[in-house]
Amino acid sequence: MRVMAQIGMVMNLDKCIGCHTCSVTCKQAWTNRGGVEYVWFNNVETRPGQGYPRRYADQERWRGGWVRNRRGRLQLRAGGRWRKLATIFANPVLPHISDYYEPWTYDYETLTEAPLGDDFPVAQPRSLLTGEPMQVEWSANWDDDLGGGPEVGAQDPVVEKLRRESEDAVKLDYERAFMFFLPRICEHCLNPSCVASCPSGAMYKRAEDGIVLVDQDQCRGWRMCVTGCPYKKVYFNHRTGKAEKCTFCYPRVEVGLPTVCSETCVGRLRYIGLFLYDVDRVGEAAAVPDEQDLYEAQLDILLDPADPDVVRAARREGIPEDWIAAAQRSPVYKLAKEYRVALPLHPEFRTMPMVWYVPPLSPVVDRLTETGHDGESAANLFGAVDALRIPVEYLAELFTAGDPEPVRDVLNTLAAMRAFMRDVTLGREVDESIPAAVGMDGAQIMEMYRLLAIAKYDERYVIPTAYEGEAHQLEELACSLDFEGGPGMGGEGPDGGPPFGEASGRPVPVSVETFHALADRQTADDFGDTESRRGRVNLLNWDGRGRPEGLFPPRRTAAERARDGNGSPPPDDGDGPAGDAR
Amino acid sequence: MTTNWIDVLLWGVLPYVMVVVLVGGTIWRYRYDRFGWTTRSSELHESRLLRIGSPLFHFGLLVVIVGHVIGLVIPASWTAAVGVTQEAYHVQALVLGGIAGFSTLAGIAILIYRRRTTGPVFSATTRNDKVMYVVLVAAIVAGLATTLLGAAGGEGHDYRASVSPWFRSLFVLQPDIASMAAASTGFHVHTLIGMALFVIWPFTRLVHAFTAPLQYLFRPYIVYRSRAGGPAARPARRGWERV
Ligand code: SF4
Ligand code: SF4
Repeated sequence: MRVMAQIGMVMNLDKCIGCHTCSVTCKQAWTNRGGVEYVWFNNVETRPGQGYPRRYADQERWRGGWVRNRRGRLQLRAGGRWRKLATIFANPVLPHISDYYEPWTYDYETLTEAPLGDDFPVAQPRSLLTGEPMQVEWSANWDDDLGGGPEVGAQDPVVEKLRRESEDAVKLDYERAFMFFLPRICEHCLNPSCVASCPSGAMYKRAEDGIVLVDQDQCRGWRMCVTGCPYKKVYFNHRTGKAEKCTFCYPRVEVGLPTVCSETCVGRLRYIGLFLYDVDRVGEAAAVPDEQDLYEAQLDILLDPADPDVVRAARREGIPEDWIAAAQRSPVYKLAKEYRVALPLHPEFRTMPMVWYVPPLSPVVDRLTETGHDGESAANLFGAVDALRIPVEYLAELFTAGDPEPVRDVLNTLAAMRAFMRDVTLGREVDESIPAAVGMDGAQIMEMYRLLAIAKYDERYVIPTAYEGEAHQLEELACSLDFEGGPGMGGEGPDGGPPFGEASGRPVPVSVETFHALADRQTADDFGDTESRRGRVNLLNWDGRGRPEGLFPPRRTAAERARDGNGSPPPDDGDGPAGDAR
Repeated sequence: MTTNWIDVLLWGVLPYVMVVVLVGGTIWRYRYDRFGWTTRSSELHESRLLRIGSPLFHFGLLVVIVGHVIGLVIPASWTAAVGVTQEAYHVQALVLGGIAGFSTLAGIAILIYRRRTTGPVFSATTRNDKVMYVVLVAAIVAGLATTLLGAAGGEGHDYRASVSPWFRSLFVLQPDIASMAAASTGFHVHTLIGMALFVIWPFTRLVHAFTAPLQYLFRPYIVYRSRAGGPAARPARRGWERV
């Protein structure tokens, strides 16, 4: 047993209202730059639906993840090492930009500058890739809220599969339509196929917390990782020619803060915590013959942090005490393994994803209520979960490789909690038979209810800070994400950087500001020439910090300020966070 | 044969200048611009033509490189010693070299056509790229022309008696300027363009060739790294020095 720590997330889908706050704040923090306009490290897709990029889950087409070969070994679906090198000059299965969508902005300037005339001026959409006017036809969640509708629903690979298997399993006709939202980030897999696909060795899994990152210095743009990831959560920055992906907001996590998407989630449905797992058994677990055993196998390698043997083994591996303590309080461990209400997304890709989902019970409840039943009563709910093949089978295709049993169990547990808590809330006598029906007792249900319904910030996010021993470097460890145009975007700032190019100076803290990058692009604001239009950002990207040309009077130099006698002296140290005077 | 100062400059000095720039430039680039060290692929924007053009170009080029190495490094006497006659050598060099050269040229023609006609790819083309393409195409065309004209013209000009000895002599720091000066103009042009290509190499996207990921064959699939490579990975900030 070799214990490693993994930071993981659980999302409670019942609570997601599809507001996309998480996507927008994530984009603000990480991908509001040229080259990654089309990139959403966090996206929310409506299910049933195609997802983003379109139909990414169809691995027959996109060839992501692992497969088990005849000898029982795992093998990259897109081909092994030799094949990778042989196809390195043109990746055979890279998604095209149109599989994501062509990013655009609007020609806002015509609104203010159009000559007086009879027609209202219109802000035309323009491609951010070419600067040409374009027709907007698709985006990251174009089928928003149309999930289950006949047009989009039928394109969902999962629906397609279910249909193939039984003619009428998924009826998408209007009355029986259901939908829910599925927020997705990188899964920070235990067995990441993106890492395995990278020929340069630029992608890696951090030994301390399992976060999967791309070393921007080492990435050479072979783009095999994009194909390798079955969730299509590695993206290619077409400006810088480097791969980028969700970083689990590591600069925040290292100082004990939750990721931006979690912090800003309106539904407060995200949980972050630690898993301890046995790294020696990952390969074996990911290679179990039957796809439907993958969920169990994955649960199996998660170790019980309360077990003294595990604690001892963890200490032996040098996992610090506060991390072990955090693992013992981990909400994600509780939801995934103790209560077994959180399921991994597409375990059949065999990457051992570490973002887990509490499947939504609401389609079931809604359906009951629609048909005039009491959607909160235990008997009705249990019966409905068993009777309603949709959405159970649909959810099973998402979360358990098609095995409806675990999904049914989870939904029953959630139903039991709902029914039990109704009695509690209404002050009625509680019915211990309800929790017993799902193998729990009242106290456990109460505890689970607490975690799912009312857990406060510090219960939802149990994040130990980075090692004490390294505290001296804790002002957001920069691992070379910091380039003008790179994911860290520390960059050099508008007026020059270190003497010999990007790597020659001191790194600028990662998470501090997108200040310079934003300011830079915002000053390229004239809509006159295509050159600058290509670099334009959507106004939505302005976080109120940059200085778009013309919005403020020109900035005065320090000398001018001193002359006027009322300015504050410029900071002497150039590496202050906001770098206001730089 | 007398050597004039132009020959000395071109074949005695320039090669070393080129090496200095190539090596120095590469080190500089690696040291200070690793972030810029990438293929800057445009496959995201267009893949149909790329999937034909790019392998054609790259594999053609690999064969061409091997051909150059053999032709320049292995003395004629060695191949003769293993029983390959001059004629046989030249026929195979011509055939193989011709095929490889043509696929390289066809490949890059497709790639340039693609680059010019696909909107987003053209927008992503920098001035640096354009210069690089000119030199690269010129080198390929000159090389191919020399090979073919040499054969067709029946001139039978043997680069293995002129260019190759000079090339080898460069490594022992005693450039055989006379024999290179005696080579035909075609070889001179090709060699000069080739040197120009190597001079600009470190400053263009061509550097990606230097990091061909062969180590991929030998490393374990999953890479683990410790965060920021331990305490030494980053210069300590003032006030945070280690004690
Ligand atoms: S989900 Fe994340 S860790 Fe898993 S394969 Fe994709 S990019 Fe890699
Ligand atoms: S912010 Fe929360 S509720 Fe809103 S879409 Fe994202 S995950 Fe769902």
